[in-house]
Amino acid sequence: MSANSNRQENTKQVGNLLADAAFLQDIRRQMLRFATLQLNDASQAEDAVQEALIGAMKNAASFGGRAAFKTWMFAILKNKIADVLRYKQRMVNIGSFAHDEDDEDLSELFDRKGFWQVDERPVAWGNPVASMRESQFWVVFEACLDNLPPKQARVFMMREFVELDADEICAEVELTTSNLHVLLHRARLRLRECLENKWVLQGEKNDELP
Amino acid sequence: MMNCREATKLMSDAQEKPLLLKTRFGLEIHLMMCSGCHNFKEQMDALRTMTRAYAKGKNEQEKET
Repeated sequence: MSANSNRQENTKQVGNLLADAAFLQDIRRQMLRFATLQLNDASQAEDAVQEALIGAMKNAASFGGRAAFKTWMFAILKNKIADVLRYKQRMVNIGSFAHDEDDEDLSELFDRKGFWQVDERPVAWGNPVASMRESQFWVVFEACLDNLPPKQARVFMMREFVELDADEICAEVELTTSNLHVLLHRARLRLRECLENKWVLQGEKNDELP
Repeated sequence: MMNCREATKLMSDAQEKPLLLKTRFGLEIHLMMCSGCHNFKEQMDALRTMTRAYAKGKNEQEKET
């Protein structure tokens, strides 16, 4: 058989297997159980299984024979899970972010003499309190919060959500007061900028649309 | 002369602890002359109001309406 007809044959085999509802349901169940154990999160496990199945269909041409299908399928799933775990680890491992966050310089916002760059200078916001009545505002607000680097996000939320005072935060995360103030300054700069760009200025752009 | 980076830092610090009077004086002078930082000051208060409201679940109320 030619290489190409092998690939076609493989694709057909995978297609036939996955088209078999009982087979699909069975293997899906096994994959989900495995992924949930690894990831400890039902919805992430769902996503990983889904992506693995899609990956299998895309790569069907390189599959090598019925006996190996389950092994092959699980190999794809394990790769997806590894990706998720690596990403999760980056998020949780705040220590490893330390370098990036501490090196953050504010030269995007301020010029060499420390004055606002022209296109970063804060504009007047109109009526921020009124914004809070709009559900779309909170979607944007939450996205901006999620965009904060981990260290900044953590101390900002300890301060503003949990309402700990500065000393309590410093004790909890083992920071000096001056480091804490630097992180809070950066968090506020970023959050403010995000809200201005994504909410205030976006609203003005939308008003200009026909 | 205070620059904007310094001014925004002071305005952020003031959220945790009141500024020394002499520092505050220098900041107020800067704010009189700099519209960007003047806006920033108002937005610091707004940010705190919004964050506290968010923490109290205001966003959930709004989603339901």
